[in-house]
Amino acid sequence: MEQEARVSIERSAVIPAGTINLRGRRRFGERIIETIVFICGAISIFTTTAIVIVLFQEAWLFFGSPEVDLTEFFSTTTWQPETGRFGIWPLMMSTLITSIIALLVAVPLGLGAAIYLSEYASPTARGYLKPILEVLAGVPTVVYGYFALTFVTPVILQGLLGKENVEIYNMLSAGLTMGIMILPLVASMSEDALSAVPRSLREGSYGLGATRLETSVRVVVPAALSGILAAVIVAMSRAVGETMIVALAAGAGPRFTFNPLQAAETMTGHIARISGGDISYASIQYTSIFAIALVLFFMTLLLNLLSGWVVRRFREVYE
Amino acid sequence: MSTTLNPGERPTGYLPEGADINRNIAARRLRGKIWQALFFSSLVIGLLALGTLLYTIIDDSFGYIAVQTKIDPEELSDRPLAELSKEELIEILRANISAGLFRRFDRDEPFSERSKESVLQLIEERVIGREVVASFKLTESLLERERIEATVRERFPRARLEFHSWLNRDFLTRPMSSVPILAGVGNAILGSLWVIAITMILAVPIGILGGVYLEEYASDTWYYRLIETNINNLAGVPSIIYGILGLAVFVRALEPLTSGAAFGVTDSNGRTILSAGLTMALLVLPLMIINAREAIRAVPQSIRQASYGLGATKWQTVWHHVLPNALPGILTGTILSMSRAMGETAPLIVVGASTFVVFFPDSVFDKFTVIPIQIYNWTSQPGSQFRNIAAAAIIVLLVTLLLLNATAILLRNRFKRSY
Amino acid sequence: MTVAELSAVDMAQANGRYAVELHNTHIYYGSFRAVKDVSLQIERQRITAFIGPSGCGKSTVLRAINRMNDLIPGSRLEGRILFHGKNIYDPDVDPVEVRRRIGMVFQKPNPFPKSIYDNIMFGPRINGWRGTKAQADELVERALRGAAIWDEVKDKLHQPGTALSGGQQQRLCIARALAVQPEVILMDEPCSALDPISTLKIEELMLELRRNYTIIIVTHNMQQASRVSDYTAFFLMDADRAGQLVEYGPTEQIFTSPNDKRTEDYISGRFG
Ligand SMILES: Nc1ncnc2c1ncn2[C@@H]1O[C@H](COP(=O)(O)OP(=O)(O)OP(=O)(O)O)[C@@H](O)[C@H]1O
Ligand SMILES: [Mg+2]
Repeated sequence: MEQEARVSIERSAVIPAGTINLRGRRRFGERIIETIVFICGAISIFTTTAIVIVLFQEAWLFFGSPEVDLTEFFSTTTWQPETGRFGIWPLMMSTLITSIIALLVAVPLGLGAAIYLSEYASPTARGYLKPILEVLAGVPTVVYGYFALTFVTPVILQGLLGKENVEIYNMLSAGLTMGIMILPLVASMSEDALSAVPRSLREGSYGLGATRLETSVRVVVPAALSGILAAVIVAMSRAVGETMIVALAAGAGPRFTFNPLQAAETMTGHIARISGGDISYASIQYTSIFAIALVLFFMTLLLNLLSGWVVRRFREVYE
Repeated sequence: MSTTLNPGERPTGYLPEGADINRNIAARRLRGKIWQALFFSSLVIGLLALGTLLYTIIDDSFGYIAVQTKIDPEELSDRPLAELSKEELIEILRANISAGLFRRFDRDEPFSERSKESVLQLIEERVIGREVVASFKLTESLLERERIEATVRERFPRARLEFHSWLNRDFLTRPMSSVPILAGVGNAILGSLWVIAITMILAVPIGILGGVYLEEYASDTWYYRLIETNINNLAGVPSIIYGILGLAVFVRALEPLTSGAAFGVTDSNGRTILSAGLTMALLVLPLMIINAREAIRAVPQSIRQASYGLGATKWQTVWHHVLPNALPGILTGTILSMSRAMGETAPLIVVGASTFVVFFPDSVFDKFTVIPIQIYNWTSQPGSQFRNIAAAAIIVLLVTLLLLNATAILLRNRFKRSY
Repeated sequence: MTVAELSAVDMAQANGRYAVELHNTHIYYGSFRAVKDVSLQIERQRITAFIGPSGCGKSTVLRAINRMNDLIPGSRLEGRILFHGKNIYDPDVDPVEVRRRIGMVFQKPNPFPKSIYDNIMFGPRINGWRGTKAQADELVERALRGAAIWDEVKDKLHQPGTALSGGQQQRLCIARALAVQPEVILMDEPCSALDPISTLKIEELMLELRRNYTIIIVTHNMQQASRVSDYTAFFLMDADRAGQLVEYGPTEQIFTSPNDKRTEDYISGRFG
């Protein structure tokens, strides 16, 4: 670099006629590097393509096998590979119930915490609390699974509702714990959205005689709505895709039930249990987890696309 | 002008005046206080949950255990066993177990080739037979000592009560065992290190270059936007899907490579450290790219212009100016990706982490287990002592992650530049 | 006695001469004294302009008048600011009430990201307004007419206020302030982000509003001050960077025959 700079200075001192060539001189090395860099950027495309191909390929085998029927898959409520009955609803229902419970916990609490941090807390307090939230968000989910099984179910749920009413494995415990797990994510993302709302809007509101609550809830939160919605959708996608908590705490067997105090295996929990055991690659159980994963992939993909769209569509641009 | 609002008249609805104002404001202030309390409690509940989580873990990691032995170790030798030589230990073993069993051990692995530790472990398992018959939580150990003593005296008259830290040196170095008190996370720690090493070797350079592509090389073309959207969406794909991908591609399709069969390794299938590392690399790659990109974007444009102004090529500019300036941010991103890879469990279950490995891995074609997998296994076992070691393993994991995160924060603050 | 009770009495008499009085006011940001010993009385239903070089504390004084400085951590005020004879910094006075009676328009237009209609109704709604839908429509119309923007937005009341032009946004913000029926309107360089035509519109509007409101405006534009204001206050920083009131009087006099040499220098453009 420096070498080059010096050379060019010398050159400019005495310019022999006809030595300056301003035509674009593409160096070979640069071309190679450019290609390598492009490939590194494009590897993500390979990942996505591979995911889609793998999922479709195995799911194709699954739906092609004589026991399986596509309409039955999406319409019946029994999942019993042993008897050849593959209706995804028990797994899907359990996924939905645990996710909804998680959101019912995480969204109000996360948003409340975010409002407190961004609108009420002093800058010093915020400086301490925000990193704590981020650390919390980094706790591995298997740790939360342990927490659900050793504390939430026996101490809280069975303690409050009675041992006979709450099964050891149950969706409520998994959902609540998942809610606690996602709470920091919702709080952190919403706090970012709230603090991005410019001061001038808050001043405008105070200038009209609004209290802090009125300013927060009626001006700042609506102004940050796109970011908050995105946080909620991302949280939903997290909950749907979360595996370890439900694998440990929700139950180890598909069951079609709406009672959150009962055990029922979720889509992710089922994939983990089946693939964790010794299964033959030729068995229908093996291909069935790809079919479940395909449904799961599209559910989360839809949620992620939706969140991106919400952000772009409803974002207020503040300079 | 009759169109302006006259503050004196009230033509359009009623705005509180006079004493009404005071009442109105008092009501609003009260509402404000109530909601402020609610917002504050949300935060407190979040922190309380964290507190409870930590409490549960610590509560399970330390406490009294009631131990029963078949033989008092002091009857075996007048010196502490650890100080004896291997030969003396073999003699003790031979004297105290049946000849058949002794021969079987010798067949499994000749005593001449066994290490002293392994013989000692056999003595502990087979001769002394230290058995934990009950374990207690930290809180009850501290607060209800009498009750615990009474219970143990009544139910296990031969047992001795001792205070035990499930997290200890042996726990960190020993391999797995089906007996909780003898189990450790030694091979899981080593497994985690192997997997992370492979993950990072692949993900770091590719991630950085991917970030360089998106920030420095890409122009606003359709494939640039495709790649960008794609990376953002990949970051949101559930980790178990990556596991499925790894299972189909690395474990099955590429089995000859990942099992090591192509390199002359036998007796292994595709469920190896290599497969796990490759899967994890794909999983953290989007995170790595996104972080690297942020770091590169934060490098001020003026630095690039200065470099181009001196006639540098694009790559020279990137290599000599952009990347060094983005380094702290990239390091932070690397550490965050590393902690993600460290804590992920689900994809490794799918890729086929072994539930029971007792040996220490020494090549990428070995079967593997990692710390989170151990936590998962132990948590799902019945029996309270498995909870104890699960909690101890969680402490190991969390402390590692905390150290990693602290390093990241430190780096961020240390190198924070004000342009 | 609170401002509310006082104002009711006062309103009946409606002949108090001064809307706002500052007595020996010092304003601090932390340990830094930004404004030193300002005393001035603002006449009712007149336009008073604050002029002076940048950083001399004009905005600080203006924001002190409706306690907007309370929102800045570490800010503090000594002295008294009277509104209807009551010190608004007394402990029993709620800043919320002060701000409802003394409205504010900011330098950069800051409409809420809501519809024009909701922007106008925001103030009344939070302040306990009660009325029918028809009355609300009426209130919105009057506020918008009052700010001379009705004709431009009457067909798009339910479109976002942020989609208007800068000048329209600023008039929307004035309309928003009018809707809570304040007595005093504080304007901090309301035209600095606007083009000349929008500026002219707002100046005309101020002269219109003067019939019913007391207006205090901060401006860097000498012509603007001389065109619209009845009184002018000139501020200047002293040696330790604290803003001081140098001269205060009828605009005519300040601009033609100032008493203080420094005022004359500033107005004739010799510095600042
Ligand atoms: N939030 C704040 N914190 C600390 N100091 C401040 C703050 N706002 C203003 N100041 C200081 O107070 C002094 C007066 O500022 P003020 O904004 O009132 O000046 P001004 O006359 O309005 O200037 P301008 O014409 O540029 O708007 C300045 O020295 C400024 O640096
Ligand atoms: Mg100012």
